[in-house]
Amino acid sequence: MKIGIPKEIFQGEKRVATTPDAAAQIIKLGFSICIESGAGLAANISDAAYEAAGVEVLPDAASVWRQADIVMKVRIPMHHRNLDINEFDLFKEGGNLISFIWPGQNEVVMQRLADKKATVLAMDCVPRMSRAQKMDALSSMANIAGYRAIVEAAQYFGRFFTGQITAAGKIPPAKVLVIGAGVAGLAAIGAAKSMGAIVRAFDTRPEVKEQIESMDAEFLMLNFKEDGTGAGGYAKTMSPEFIEAEMALFAEQAKEVDIIVTTALIPGKPAPKLITAAMVESMKPGSVIVDLAAEQGGNCELTEARKAVVKHDVTIIGFTDLPSRLANQSSQLYATNLRHLLTELCPAKDGVINVNMADEVIRGATVIKAGEITWPAPPPTLSVAPAAATAKPAAVAAPVAEASAASKAVKQFLPMVIIGLALFAIGTVAPESFMRHFTVFVLACFVGYQVIWNVTPALHTPLMSVTNAISGIIVIGAILQVSAGSGVVSILAGIAILIASINIAGGFLVTRRMLDMFRK
Amino acid sequence: MSHSLVTMSYIIATILFILSLSGLSNPESSRRGNYYGILGMAIAIIATALSGSVTAYGMLILTVLVGGSIGAFAAAKVAMTQMPELVAIMHSLVGLAAVLVGFATFMDNSIHIEGVEKTIHEIEIYAGILIGAVTFSGSVIAFCKLSEKISGKPLLLPARHWLNFILLVAAIALGFIYLNQIEIGEGSLPMLMMEGSGSVPLVLMTIIALFFGVHMVMAIGGADMPVVVSMLNSYSGWAAAATGFMLGNDLLIVTGALVGSSGAILSYIMCHAMNRNFFSVIAGGFGGGTSGEAAVVEGEVQPINAEETAQLLLSAKSIMIIPGYGMAVAQAQHTVNDISKLLREKGKKVRFGIHPVAGRMPGHMNVLLAEAKVPYDIVFEMDEINEDFPNVDVSIVIGANDIVNPSALDDPNSPIAGMPVLECWKGGTTIVLKRSMASGYAGVGNPLFVLENTRMLFGDANASMQAVLKALQG
Repeated sequence: MKIGIPKEIFQGEKRVATTPDAAAQIIKLGFSICIESGAGLAANISDAAYEAAGVEVLPDAASVWRQADIVMKVRIPMHHRNLDINEFDLFKEGGNLISFIWPGQNEVVMQRLADKKATVLAMDCVPRMSRAQKMDALSSMANIAGYRAIVEAAQYFGRFFTGQITAAGKIPPAKVLVIGAGVAGLAAIGAAKSMGAIVRAFDTRPEVKEQIESMDAEFLMLNFKEDGTGAGGYAKTMSPEFIEAEMALFAEQAKEVDIIVTTALIPGKPAPKLITAAMVESMKPGSVIVDLAAEQGGNCELTEARKAVVKHDVTIIGFTDLPSRLANQSSQLYATNLRHLLTELCPAKDGVINVNMADEVIRGATVIKAGEITWPAPPPTLSVAPAAATAKPAAVAAPVAEASAASKAVKQFLPMVIIGLALFAIGTVAPESFMRHFTVFVLACFVGYQVIWNVTPALHTPLMSVTNAISGIIVIGAILQVSAGSGVVSILAGIAILIASINIAGGFLVTRRMLDMFRK
Repeated sequence: MSHSLVTMSYIIATILFILSLSGLSNPESSRRGNYYGILGMAIAIIATALSGSVTAYGMLILTVLVGGSIGAFAAAKVAMTQMPELVAIMHSLVGLAAVLVGFATFMDNSIHIEGVEKTIHEIEIYAGILIGAVTFSGSVIAFCKLSEKISGKPLLLPARHWLNFILLVAAIALGFIYLNQIEIGEGSLPMLMMEGSGSVPLVLMTIIALFFGVHMVMAIGGADMPVVVSMLNSYSGWAAAATGFMLGNDLLIVTGALVGSSGAILSYIMCHAMNRNFFSVIAGGFGGGTSGEAAVVEGEVQPINAEETAQLLLSAKSIMIIPGYGMAVAQAQHTVNDISKLLREKGKKVRFGIHPVAGRMPGHMNVLLAEAKVPYDIVFEMDEINEDFPNVDVSIVIGANDIVNPSALDDPNSPIAGMPVLECWKGGTTIVLKRSMASGYAGVGNPLFVLENTRMLFGDANASMQAVLKALQG
């Protein structure tokens, strides 16, 4: 099948749905690819680079849409008046589309695509489970957005991030607060941290504490017991009491920090308002707020989507095109996500896609199947399962431990009692000479016990080979018998000497060989 | 040489043997320890040879020389990956020698003792041959399993516990028959097949013991091999000690006891490292103790190639290498050392994490790494570094499976539940080198492979490591 990549026509969109690297891999799956001339220019990818990878470059959008069986895009299809391109008109009847769709917010578009009997896979609907991670374009874009958020903040922030002591005076490090430690939040933490800032982070889901701390940031604890983990790894709406406590924390932090990055989103709902106008007012002049939730209404009351505005001496950044601002990087990651999805769709590597609705990942991503709207898919359940599983063993282990405590005491003493009785039994019948040897034997066992525990585990193999050599001491027994006179005895003893000698020589020499290898 | 002088030599030899074992407490003193052992052995043999009861010097010298040369040749030729096999076959030799000495003593009519002492002496012979025969056949089977001459899979006969029990009862019963025949008959005669001399039950018992040894080791799976090897090590010691009792020789008793307790402690350490009961290992196979289904591992693995692995390594600060039996099989230890050296030159903190039961015998991995000249001060035991995994950026698991299986900790139904494992998943990224997606020796699925921060590098361990090395250099 032929895959078509038209140039993105959305205002300011610089990304492109495939890169030469990804295209080469897709071609290996059996597909052919065509691309609109200049589609990659905004992301610094020339037509020549695509051609080198085996991609056919077509002069205009119309021919791409006409020829392609599968169209891959970044933004949903739209009608662009200035360029006079109507992607719906160009779309082939019964064609396939893979793109960001946001079906919840674009019902009209969904209907128009369904009218075209199209099959549409939405990259934003790929379920969040570990198997689908490599196709999770939301995560890869969020990662970029988080990084870019810090870069934008640095642009508007009038000071260093890192603290310095210079001849011209001491510079305190910038304090950054990241609200919401999802993919974007963690990327922002990483970027701010590597620029030298002091980073604090907050999230309603307690399990991300570890992740935040692994990034070397401080997790702001809320003295309140409530778990904000919703299905599929996203956050859920919290109780009013929790939100009150949370707001108090933010109000307090706002006075202290220089930069706030908010990434709080709840699926299917407008972004929660976390930073009030009063908090903005309480911030130091020159502070910066980056609101990554601007598209969904913003986490800050004063955010204006797609703009950087200054209010109460605080710059509030509401850009919604952060991934597009790193066009090359985000194109590369998005193209890889698409390639992985194609690999899933085309398991036979024969260049034909199979929208297998039995596959949980493909089922989730497919929002329209041959003109029939299949969105929303049943929610994925897999990613929450491990959490439940890990909770169980702790509960199981406790009673087992208690029950075994009593039987452990019996187990400990019973062998000692038995051994003691056996020793006394031997003592009642054994003659003097046996007891003398037995004394030596028991003492030797104890010496062995004491000595062996000191052997370092690294030398256990040499220990075995040296004890092996030493147990060749049995040769002594054979030597004593070899001259016993009787022929059969001598022969048996002779063989015994022979094999015991193998042991002695082999054991000691191989031990020496091994020990010589141990060096610092 | 007077009797007292011989005894004194034996005492000196005993002390040297103890010093030899205590020398192994660290690699510095271990070489000296080995020389103590050789010296002790030489003193013991020379003192015995000169003790006056030996006359057949020609035979003695010939057999020692031939045996010694065979041993020296084997020691020089064996590859470090074959150490478990060598150790196993040498155990079998001790067992065989014990059996031969036992039979020789049985047929030797130069000893004249009466009454209880005689009974005890006969019991000693009987026990010595029994232990020797079990050691011999068990070690031979262990050798065959380790060198893959026969399958490493446990052979589980139906009602095997009953079979073992019947064999034990039969051995004890034959022991009583043997003692009775000895008392009725006129002492042990040099003619093997003579009726009423006790030789029939003795030979029967030897056959039973040989079969018991075979059956016992056949029932034990490959993952439990370290326990078996150390257990046979222990048996070979007890066989020597039993021979010592038989001959009334304290040196043999002491040495046998030292070796026996050494092997017993090693077995205990290995069992402890697998959280298995000693008897359940000996009884063979997995099973018992766990009820309910172990969780099935679901999810998809994320493959990685050598170049990406090299990139990950270059961007990491702290790297942990976890070798397993797969490294031994692929002979990858030299390549691994080259990689670790290169990374250390680049200022990375490279460490090796060794699980006590990694490989097929205690300390197997340490020997292989030492052979590849990995400095032993960057090689750590599980207990030393398990706490430190959260600070590790990249862990490389080379041909290991069960020792890095998280279900040992969090799935109470897993067959390896409760076994301490290297918790590499707590670090940054784990790269697992594996030939294919087959499960480990324990036949257990490993959820580590489908974790988000795990990447799989498929292929032969040595080929993969060499590709990584090349990518690191290039």
